[in-house]
Amino acid sequence: MTYLALQDLRVRFSPTVEIGPVSLDIAKGEILALLGPSGSGKTTILRMLAGFEAPQSGRIVVDGEDVTTLPPARRHFGMVFQHYALFPHLDVGENVAFGLTGRGKGEAGNVGSRVSEALRLVDLAGFERRRVHELSGGQQQRVALARALAPAPRVLLLDEPLSNLDPALRERTRRELRTLIQRVGITTVFVTHEQDEAFDLGDRVAVLQQGRLEQVGTPEDLYERPATLFVATFVGRANVLTDGAARALGGAPGEMLVVRPEALRFGAAGLAAVVRERRYTGVAAFYVVEAESGERLEVMAAPDAAAVGARVHVTTTRAMRFPAAG
Amino acid sequence: MTRAARWSALSRAALALLLAWLVVFPILMAARAAADPTALSAFAHRGTEWRALWASVWISVVSVLLSAAIGVPLAFLFEWFDFPGRKTLGALVALPAVLPPFVGVISFLFLYGESGFVSRAVQGLLGLSQPPWRLQGPGAILLVHAYSMYVYFYLFTRAGLAKLDASMLEAAQVLGAGRRAVLTRVVLPLIRPSLGGAALLVFMTALGSFSAPYVFGGGFRVMTTQIVTSKLNGEMGLAMVETVALAAVALVGVGLLRRTERDDILVALGKGTAPRPRPIRRPLARAIATAAGWVFAVVLLLPHLTLVLVSLVPYGTWTTETLPPVLSLVNYHRLAAEPERLAPLLNSAWMALASTAGAVVLALAAGQLVGRGRPGRWRGVIEGLIALPWALPGTVFAVALALTFSASLPPLRYVLVGTVAILPLAYLVRSLPITGRALLAGFRQLDPALDEAAASLGAGRWVTFRRVTLPLVKPALMAGASLAFVGALGDFVASIVLYTYDNRPISIEIMSSLRLSEIGIAAAFGVILMVASAAVLAVGARR
Repeated sequence: MTYLALQDLRVRFSPTVEIGPVSLDIAKGEILALLGPSGSGKTTILRMLAGFEAPQSGRIVVDGEDVTTLPPARRHFGMVFQHYALFPHLDVGENVAFGLTGRGKGEAGNVGSRVSEALRLVDLAGFERRRVHELSGGQQQRVALARALAPAPRVLLLDEPLSNLDPALRERTRRELRTLIQRVGITTVFVTHEQDEAFDLGDRVAVLQQGRLEQVGTPEDLYERPATLFVATFVGRANVLTDGAARALGGAPGEMLVVRPEALRFGAAGLAAVVRERRYTGVAAFYVVEAESGERLEVMAAPDAAAVGARVHVTTTRAMRFPAAG
Repeated sequence: MTRAARWSALSRAALALLLAWLVVFPILMAARAAADPTALSAFAHRGTEWRALWASVWISVVSVLLSAAIGVPLAFLFEWFDFPGRKTLGALVALPAVLPPFVGVISFLFLYGESGFVSRAVQGLLGLSQPPWRLQGPGAILLVHAYSMYVYFYLFTRAGLAKLDASMLEAAQVLGAGRRAVLTRVVLPLIRPSLGGAALLVFMTALGSFSAPYVFGGGFRVMTTQIVTSKLNGEMGLAMVETVALAAVALVGVGLLRRTERDDILVALGKGTAPRPRPIRRPLARAIATAAGWVFAVVLLLPHLTLVLVSLVPYGTWTTETLPPVLSLVNYHRLAAEPERLAPLLNSAWMALASTAGAVVLALAAGQLVGRGRPGRWRGVIEGLIALPWALPGTVFAVALALTFSASLPPLRYVLVGTVAILPLAYLVRSLPITGRALLAGFRQLDPALDEAAASLGAGRWVTFRRVTLPLVKPALMAGASLAFVGALGDFVASIVLYTYDNRPISIEIMSSLRLSEIGIAAAFGVILMVASAAVLAVGARR
């Protein structure tokens, strides 16, 4: 059952830069990731959802209501900004209360309790009177989240929510964020350029490239059954093989093979190659091998499977097939 | 175009038109009046006109050199060296800034004038029958200029030095540069934009300076005093030609000096830590630096102290003595008790308040409409219009406004000359660059995401402005407003051209008191102006 629908959204910035048309159906309570390289249009789509950019055509529908032309202030969407955009002149409590008092409704009585409830939700109970700049990056992120959630929005939008955190904190915050969103049960759309983040946090992932929607699916779909060559190479590590190398691994003429490193094996027969580099990662090692035709492949295998300089043969257990370009 | 976009384009155009009417239209009116063959030929054929124009230029250039000669070394001393009293003295050195120009001039009169304290003391010490000097002519003007304008060089240079990265200087030393080479090849090129900015500010201030030439010039005329004289003589056509000539010189000066100010490379490089002040270790050098610092501070403070002392002298009690024999608060009492003495204080207060409020509202509108985000078509236009009054001497604007608002031609011209409205209007125009610059800088620093955050939380435009924008630009607003208020409160240049008896401001009252030899009253007004200015500036600088 669709709760939030993007229908043929399209915006053109110049003759060469165009976003869309993009259509997406998002179910109530679902977490959708918009994944793509920079310039793919993912942030623009998020900003159209929030109401900061106007689509030239198409509709945005929430719970049966067309909100396409509604100004941001009347959409009842919560948003967490990339750099959080906490109001520096207000303390934590006032920041979280902003959306509760801004509409001028006379509910001053329970603003205080809703603020502390929102702060408790993000594990910052009692932080009301702290100054924003006294907080760590992770705490600021949580205040931004509490502020967005406090007015009980219909949809939560997150713009690269973890990009400002240091790597050690990012993974933990990612898990906490997922737990929290699921507990609140809010329909969520977030933007990221990191595959790990999209896979870990998103129920489904929409992959974008140059303004176009390449594929929407579960992380497993994208990884195992990529719809396009772009998705196959952008999501996860991949070797792209053409011509002789492709045929040596079982490809038909005119076919391009995309093979994950873990789907390659050293064997007695197959593509003849020389090991050029070995990168040890603990459980396994990545080997860069060079075929006679000069193509380089990345193979994941046991740490002692081969040595640099050794002549090997490579076979594949599973290759994804695409028609050769051109 | 959406409705919101059309609305905002419309308000931008409206603001640009309003500003153009305030700052460009009067100048165009003056230029049209100046295109009068008789007046042009009178200007071209009179030697006094050319001499006055040349005097304005060379006085300004020498003022820049003198101010730099005092301000730059002082800045290095306070920024790079540590000695007892450095912090206190460093703050005292900026003191001339709280003295409104006209008040500074009269305190110099009380101090170094023919019957001033210093002159009397020297005369008494040497047993002379005549005062040792006359405080008159270009020398006197330059003395006042150097005293009041070195502060710009001092503050700008210190700010420039504070932005330097110590590791850059260390890098130069490691590469084999001696002290002199570090200074000439690294430090000076890096602080060049600061020096250029200070030079521009001093040049413009000196070019527009009116009080000092008016009081000390005697037969020596610069363009500003020449314009006012022509106007008083009823030669309006000639006054307009002079006005346009001075405006042209000012614009050429801005054009030439602006180049040095541009390209602040330090901004691009990001900041490191500025070099820490080095303690002066040799006891003798240390003692000399400290003593020189204090002597200098006393010299700087003398005008302020003089003003206070003179304000305590009751009328007619001080004749030939070196120091006044009787001191009392009677002058202050008279200011408060006599309605015709209190009036100028109230006039100045309301006019400064009204003009500052107007200038702040216009600057806020400009900030809200073009102050952030991508530069649009209107941004350059509006910023330029707001900055223009700064590039033109106050006399130019005063005379141009006097001409423009002496006839009625709605909706462009109204008869305001002779009413109380014209003077606050002139103050407002003069305040625009100050409030505009401060607020536009404040708006530029705003993160656009804050507006969007407010909108996503349900706040409309007005609520966002009131609850997010305004509190965040408040420091800039206070800084700009306080400077504008102080400028209007102490204004003399525009006032002398445009005042009426009903709204005569403090500076005009000081002048009349001096004419009546009521120096105590004049000084009391000066003290009030000085204290009020300092208080307002202190409030404005608070974060």
